Amino acid sequence: MTARDISVTVNGTVHRHAVEPRLLLSDFLRHTLGLTGTHVGCEHGVCGACTILLDGDSARACLMFAVQADGCRIETVESLGRVGKLNALQQAFHEHHGLQCGFCTPGMLMTATDLLKKYPLATDDEIREGLSGNLCRCTGYVHIVAAIRAAKEQT
Amino acid sequence: MKPAAFEYLVADSIETAVAALAQAGGEAKIIAGGQSLVPMLNFRLLRPAILVDINRIPDLAYVREDGDKVRIGALARHHQLETSPVIAGHFPVLREAMTHVAHLAIRNRGTIGGSLSHADPAAELPMMAMLLDAQLRVVSPAGERSVAAHDFFQDALSVDLAEDEMVREVVLPKLPPRTGWGFAEVARRSGDFALAAVAVTLTLAADTIVQARVAITGVAPTPRRVRDAEALLVGKRVDHALAQEVIGRVRAAAEPQADLHASAGYRRHLVGVLGGRALGEAWQRARVAA
Repeated sequence: MTARDISVTVNGTVHRHAVEPRLLLSDFLRHTLGLTGTHVGCEHGVCGACTILLDGDSARACLMFAVQADGCRIETVESLGRVGKLNALQQAFHEHHGLQCGFCTPGMLMTATDLLKKYPLATDDEIREGLSGNLCRCTGYVHIVAAIRAAKEQT
Repeated sequence: MKPAAFEYLVADSIETAVAALAQAGGEAKIIAGGQSLVPMLNFRLLRPAILVDINRIPDLAYVREDGDKVRIGALARHHQLETSPVIAGHFPVLREAMTHVAHLAIRNRGTIGGSLSHADPAAELPMMAMLLDAQLRVVSPAGERSVAAHDFFQDALSVDLAEDEMVREVVLPKLPPRTGWGFAEVARRSGDFALAAVAVTLTLAADTIVQARVAITGVAPTPRRVRDAEALLVGKRVDHALAQEVIGRVRAAAEPQADLHASAGYRRHLVGVLGGRALGEAWQRARVAA
């Protein structure tokens, strides 16, 4: 099928590529751009591991085609902080042991980034409800909730 | 899995989109939020030759008042409905239902036009369209028609849309004064599809019910109105005995299927319990409603 030229701003850098229409945004990020921080679990929108920000709003990168992101702004987990210079949310995950194997962490961080922006998160129940679309198969949810609570209290 | 290959067309207008559908003769699919469609493509349950992307059609993501109606553009996202002051003001039952729709990342993308056209038998928006007597404005190259939600949902994942038609707008008539509402749902996990859900509106005059609506989802191939329960409520006040009769009719209106999440018997029991809760909430709210 005909490849199409797209221009996407990922973590502040403009990338121009020719992509096949069926290329998932998650595969574009990982394979074309080499940004392997975005993880792929279920590839049908259930696990949340591939959550990114699309024009500032959280979205599943496996439920979009790269071609649809033409002209859009995307932030992946790589945008949050760097080794030795974590952002406040990442630091809270670090301090509260909010990750075990780490596979779900990029999705948890990007989801939490959007939740913190859009909801009061007044109770832990509200945080849990906000995380219900992100699976952690180490089942370390208690620490993830504590990390987001701590990040919320800092803001 | 990865989707089978397809051609991709960005529609800049509704006319372009439906012309592309007509030209493809059934081989094209509209993509809006893609939150139901892309999983089906990834599993290769669907292999359209062409995807027609309507996300860039301007002015199709509105929620606006128009006299005694509220008009919602097909591209309005779930999170937009969840946070719209117009929806919260006129259809608090819809606002409540939206908080049960999937998860934030999905609500950011999913659209009302997509959800209604997809017609998952356990989804909240088709049930809300039934409850609120929505009219759907549907466009094809031949022109436009309006179809009532009641006629739109035909079977599981099956709606009254020809292969060259798309939904452009959903029109909701405002609710009368002194209307109370109730909504009750049980899902295995917050944001999952409902095992069963019930929504009720009750409109009062002189402390008796003059209009009642009861809608159910998750327990039949399509969302349903429980008309015999509605008829029973009119002219009455809700008490324990009446609630039990309504619950019986809600259970009888269900045609549940068993799956790995719940047995048919459990779903039928559940829809009755939820019907009782939604009815009680609606009655309490109606009695204090202005």
